[in-house]
Order: sequence, then C-alpha cells, then structure tokens
Amino acid sequence: MAKILLEMKNITKTFPGVKALDNVNLQVEEGEIHALVGENGAGKSTLMNVLSGIYPYGTYEGDIIYDGNVCQFGDIKDSEGKGIVIIHQELALIPYMTIAENMFLGNERGTKFKINWHETSDLARKYLDIVGLKDSEQTQIKDIGVGKQQLVEIAKALSKNARLLILDEPTSSLNETDSKALLDLMLKLKKEQGLTSIIISHKLNEVSYVADKITVIRDGSTIETLTKGVDDFSEDRIIKGMVGRELSDRFPKREHHVGDEIMMEVKNWNVYHPLYSDRKVVKDVNIHVKKGEVLGISGLMGAGRTELAMSVFGKSYGENISGQLFIKGQEVHLNTVQDAIKHKLAYVTEDRKGNGLILSNPIKINTTLANLDAVSTRTVIDKDKEYAVAVDYKEKLKTKAPSVEQNVGNLSGGNQQKVLLAKWMFADPDILILDEPTRGIDVGAKYEIYCIINQLVAEGKSVIMISSELPEILGMCDRIYVMNEGRMVGELDGKDATQEKIMTYILQSSGNKEVNNE
Amino acid sequence: MNKDQVLGFLKKNTMIIVLLVVLAFFSWRTGGAILLPMNVSNLISQNAYVFVLATGMLLCILTGGNIDLSVGSVVCFVGAVGATLMVNLKVPTPLAIVCMILLGTAIGAFQGFWIAFVRIPPFIVTLAGMLVFRGLSNVVLNGLTVSIKDKTTFVNLFGGGADCYIHDIFGNGTLNLTCLFGGLVATAVFIVLQISSRTQRAKKNYEVENFGTFIVKLVAISAVIVIFAYKLAQHKGIPTVLIWVLIVVLVYGYITNNTTVGRYFYAVGGNEKATKLSGINTNKVYFLAYTNMGFLAALAGMITIARLTSAQPTYGQNYEMDAIGSCFIGGASAYGGIGTVPGVIVGAVLMGVINLGMSLMGVDANMQKVVKGVVLLAAVIFDVVSKRGGKMIVKN
Repeated sequence: MAKILLEMKNITKTFPGVKALDNVNLQVEEGEIHALVGENGAGKSTLMNVLSGIYPYGTYEGDIIYDGNVCQFGDIKDSEGKGIVIIHQELALIPYMTIAENMFLGNERGTKFKINWHETSDLARKYLDIVGLKDSEQTQIKDIGVGKQQLVEIAKALSKNARLLILDEPTSSLNETDSKALLDLMLKLKKEQGLTSIIISHKLNEVSYVADKITVIRDGSTIETLTKGVDDFSEDRIIKGMVGRELSDRFPKREHHVGDEIMMEVKNWNVYHPLYSDRKVVKDVNIHVKKGEVLGISGLMGAGRTELAMSVFGKSYGENISGQLFIKGQEVHLNTVQDAIKHKLAYVTEDRKGNGLILSNPIKINTTLANLDAVSTRTVIDKDKEYAVAVDYKEKLKTKAPSVEQNVGNLSGGNQQKVLLAKWMFADPDILILDEPTRGIDVGAKYEIYCIINQLVAEGKSVIMISSELPEILGMCDRIYVMNEGRMVGELDGKDATQEKIMTYILQSSGNKEVNNE
Repeated sequence: MNKDQVLGFLKKNTMIIVLLVVLAFFSWRTGGAILLPMNVSNLISQNAYVFVLATGMLLCILTGGNIDLSVGSVVCFVGAVGATLMVNLKVPTPLAIVCMILLGTAIGAFQGFWIAFVRIPPFIVTLAGMLVFRGLSNVVLNGLTVSIKDKTTFVNLFGGGADCYIHDIFGNGTLNLTCLFGGLVATAVFIVLQISSRTQRAKKNYEVENFGTFIVKLVAISAVIVIFAYKLAQHKGIPTVLIWVLIVVLVYGYITNNTTVGRYFYAVGGNEKATKLSGINTNKVYFLAYTNMGFLAALAGMITIARLTSAQPTYGQNYEMDAIGSCFIGGASAYGGIGTVPGVIVGAVLMGVINLGMSLMGVDANMQKVVKGVVLLAAVIFDVVSKRGGKMIVKN
C-alpha cells in the first residue's frame, strides 16, 4: 500500500444553525486520483474549503494530517505553501491579463520592486508545455476558451509546486472533447509527475473513468469509499450511495388541487448567455403548469433552471430569447418585468440578498415594492395603508420581527424569505416561480414555507418550485421536471418519482449526450 | 430613557447636535455676532444655491452614491445664457426665465441619457459636462461680465440686489411684522399637521413615538422656526430667495418621502437588481435623477446671477462640491439608498455656519477650505464606520 499523503480525521464544521460536516473522514494515497461525489449541499465543497484553509484552523473540529504532519492552515497561502492547490468551479482568472501574468498573480517572479518578466514568461511556457497548451503565454485570458482557461488554472497550480491538486467540478462548463482532454491530462500528470488529485464531479461516467477511489458524501458525512478493481464502480452503485436516505415527515400533509386548466405553457424556449453569446443556457425547453399545481423543476446547480425562470419572467436574463409563452391559453410577449407582473406572474429569486430584498430598508417598504400602486393614489403613497398591508402579511406568514419597521437586513434567513414571499404574494400573482425557496434556512422555517406553498395552491394559484434538494421536490410537488445542462431531460409524476429516478435522468444526460424528452 | 435609547437618539440626531455645538462655538468666538439678525439673514441668501443644488444632488446620490460634477458649470452656463438673452438680446424677462429652465433641464436630460440608457459612469459623463459647460459659458460671454443690474424684476424675484425682501404689508419700521406673522403661521401649521398625523396613527393602533419625545420634538422645532422668523424680522424680513428654497425643500421633501417615484430612488440605491426584478424601470430612475439635477441647476443659476447682479464665466465654481459635501455631511450614504431632504438641509446649514463663522472670525480663506474638507471626511468616516457597527478597520 502506497503512502498516505492526506488524511482528514473526524472533521466537523458547523455554520450558524447548520452542521455542514459531521465527522468526515477522508484518506488520500500519494499518486492517486480520488473522487468526491455527493448531492448539492452534501458538504463536498465545504470539506475542500476546510482543507485549503479558506475556513481556517480553529473554525472546525478534527485533524488534517498531511505528509505525516498535523496541519493548522490559517489561510490559503499556508496550504499552498505545502503544495495543496485548489481550483474552483468558477475560474478565477483576470480576463484582461495575459496567461503568464495570471499564472504568477500573487506569486510574482523577481523582486518586490521589479518583476522579472523574462523569468515569468519562461516559467509560464514550461508549465504550459506540461499541460499541453500551445497558445502563447502572452495571450490575454479573454481571448481563449473555457477549456484552455481550465488548462491555465492547472498550469498555475503546477507552478506553485502542487503535490495535491483539488479540482472542483472541473468539467462543468466544458464540452465533451475538452472534458476528455482534461481528464486525460489528469491521468498523464499522475503517471509522469506522480501528482495526487482530488476531483469533485457530478459526472459519474467521468469519475469512473479517471478515479482510483471514490468517496461518497451525503448530508455532511462520509458514507463509503469505493476502490477501483475491488468494488463495483458502476454509476448505479454510486448513485445508491449518494441518495440512500429516508424521507421523514418534514413536509406538511398535502391535498391535491390540480385543475385541468393550463395556466402557463412554455414552448421551444431557447436562451443564450448574456455575455458569451454563443453559449446556449436553455435549450428547446417545453413545460407547462396547471392551475393549483405545485410543479417541481429538479436538477443540479448550473442546470439552467434559474436562467429559464428569469428569461420567462420578463426576459430578465439572457439574450436572443426565442420560443412561445402562453398564459391561460393566450400567447403573450413579456419583454419587461412590468409586463410579467401585469400578466400575474411572479418570480421569487434564489438570491434573496442580492436580487430580492433591499436589506437596508424596513419590512414594510420591501413588502410593497413590487406593487406600490396598490397602496398609492396618483403616485402618492398612503403610508398608513402600506403599514397595514405589511402588518397583515407579517401575521399571515408568521414572520418573526419586532415590527414592520425593522430593516430586513437584521432578520434571519427564514424570515427574510417570508418577507420576500410576502412581497410577491402582495403583487397578487396567479403563477409563482419560487427559486430555491428554502435555501439556507432552518428546518422549522422550511416547514412553514411549505405550508405557505400549499395554501397558495389551495387558493387556485400555480407554483413552480425550483429546488436542488431532492427530498423537498419529492415531498412537495405534484409533477416534476428534471433539467440538466439547459435541457429538460425527464418528466415524472410526483407519486412515482424517487431520488434514484431523478438522479438517473440527470446523470445519464450529463456529458452532452442527447436524451429525448421522455 | 435607558442607555440604548440615549445612544439611538444621539446616533439619529448626530448632525443636529454637531450643528448646535458648532453654533455655540462660533457664538462664543465671535462674541455672538453669528447670531445677529443680519448674519442669520445672510446665511440664507449666501447659501440659497447650496440648498437648491444639494436637494437635487441628493436624488443622484440616492441612486447609488452617484454624483453630478457638472452642476457648477451648468449653473454658470444657464446664468450666462440668461443674462445674454435679457441684456444683449432684449428678450422679455419671463421668456428668458422659461428659456433658462428649459436649457438646464435639457442639459440634465442630455447627461441623464448617457448615464441611464447607455450606462456611461456618471462620474465620467458629468466630468465631461463640467468641462463642456464651463467652456461654453466663456464662449457665450466672450470672457466678459454681463451686468443685469437693470433687470430689477428678475433680480428681486430671485433674491438679489438691495430690495430682495418680501414687502412688509404692515409697514412698521424696526420689526418686520409680515415676517414674524409668517413664522407664526408656519409654526401653527406644523403643529396641527404633526398632532393630526399622530392622533390618526394612534386611532389605528399603529406605533407612535412616546408622548414625551413627541412634545419635546414639537416644542424644539416650533421654537427654532419662531426664533428664526424673529431674527429675520429684526433684519429686513423674509428674503425672496428663502421662498424659493422653501418651495424646493418642501416639494422635494414630499416627493422623496411620500410618492412612488421618490421610493424608487431609494430602492435603486438600496439594491438595483431587486428593484429591477420588482418591475421598476431603473433606467428611468437614473434619467429622472439627472434631468432633475439639470432643472434645479437652472434654478440655482438664476439665484446666482440675481444675487451677484451679473453673469461671469467664473461663477459657480466648486458649487458641485458644496452640494455633494452637504449631502454627505447630512447623512446621505456614499453607497446610495440612504439620505433625506431634511438631513441634507442640516448638512448645508452646517457648512454655511462653518463658512460664516470662520469669515466672522477672520480665518484665512484657505484655512476655511481645510476645515471644510476635514469636516466632510469626518462625517463620511462616521457614517461608514457606524454602519459597520463601530469597527474601524476592515479585515482583509
């Protein structure tokens, strides 16, 4: 048995109110490629952040034993000094700098007062050759594609004398050819340089291809470690490990109110990325939602669900949007958010702090923002009415706050979410799109949000719930669409749906394989 | 009152307290000269343009800490064009006033277009405007001074010249009774409005501040109005320009506090993305802020040439800085979304008092700039640090 390079022992990490990691153990041998798999929110990224010192020593419990020594990393510089380099999912390169400048950013060659550009270029070239990138080191990052940028990141890591390379979803934005090239590079580096890597990926076919060992993480705990050649490495086997958990009664009892009338229908919907105009983020999507229905859209992060929802909601995301939109059987063209609200559509954002609420303003101002006309006459706001409305919703949704004059920035996540829901309920929509409505809030508040959703459909409204949490989708939805890489890859009735089925739809369609819509 | 309430009170009214302290300091150093009726009256006349510009600047700053650097030049340009129209081209005064207002608004709309719809940073657009309109003022005036002394209607209307006070209808010599009467009426209206709003709220079981604080506040503000009116009455009465300032302050105070449009300015500055996703056209909000700034710059331009009874290519220099400074000292956030018209007025008065006080003390003009700079920096540091919960240094 080869030498153990890294051992993480009994790692426990708590955030306020949430235990993100619970006694996690991980062993990585020198010279192996170790894969970490698990659902969104299982704790993979948190574990890697602990390892790389982003969450410094002292903020977690447990030991990191690296190269035989117990390590106490205070920040990312410490871990990099030991040769542990992490490459994040969102590439951290500066577009208007050259490849060479990016590679040595924060690690400049030469002295403090004089950068040695020759050395910078030569070293950059050396590592670019190792990763097989032929472009000149003087090329600006903005002029090369994502696949090549990923190679630059790896070259940058190598230039820091990496012994343990951590790749977080390295192929999530790559096409199949680039992904294959990247995986082959990992294998090559392992063979020629003896480099140890940890790869986090949702694409199980890639994981089986490249990894020597697979560790499955679920709900903040390590479930099992599979070894190539010893254990079954099939996708089904891995999925079983990832989702094997029971649904408890975390959801309120539901009655079904699904009517016959189709409230909204989206046909052949295509959306392009606003900055990279050749990247299609929503591809030929067809969906519909009925009156009184809770429709779930499941999928991994980055599947294009938010982009779909926002592009429908008054084209608030994306370029070159094409397709047809019907509301109550009538074709509509919603070019602005105002149009969307007028047609009784509401979108409750996943990013309540960034896109949803004005944190520096009180509850009452946030509550009425999307429907100020309802509390004003000829543009003059009736402040008493506004106050009354806010108090009404505060009581209806059981928002916990001393008064409606309280700034929403001071509320907990769950209560902020309720204010955001109140804001859109006050806009009196027929169709509500809830994007990750329970992200980052505690179990009790989740339950209350579920109750609100049930109440909304009981009133005859339609709810489209986008969620990455499979149990929530299964527990709440009448019907479920599965979305992956911009496409709808499956449709399930709520009664028949299981986590395995949903994960299978997602994983089978990953890696740009064509899958028919049922 | 417990400790938290005292701290809260201090935090909420910091600038008013600072203003009182500064006022006390200067009355001590100048032997009370700063409180002489003539000086109180001058404080208004000299700073009228600051009140007007700062109110407009507040709207720009509310949208996200955006400032308008061009206002000084626009003030000068509008004044230059107006004086040329009235004096050289013999255009009737009312028509000239309309032209000036339209010109200022058009300039504001021009800059607003680039800022709002093309999204050129406001700093750049208005820096360009600052250069362009300063240059054009020189061109229009040929680098010369145009005197408008003869246009007495215009000069009196906008508060310049010797006869720039509201005529005393009671005709008493020493004390201007019209002014005093006006002050008393204003106080009465204020008290009635406050009490009726409070009883209405109480009737509907809404939160009201406790009765003691309410009375103290009511008495204090009423006293300030009455004393102020009395001081003015002892001098020559109500300066006409005060009427303009009051109109601007009241109208904009109402707009920012009570209308949907006013709410949008705060919302955009608080969180533009959330505002957009709430179905509000944020481009229009920016456009409105800068168009309105042009409109108020035109008014300030008229006030300026009336007070100085002439137009010169150098007028309006650093006016933008006075306006911006007043806003930040008055509690507007450098990141947008926070700030009130009354706050800005307090800020402007504070700047005015410091100017006047130092002039009376005979402090060198250059030192005055130093002091104003330090006050501005201190005010913004206070604002930023107190919002961070008192932490001075940000962790890297």
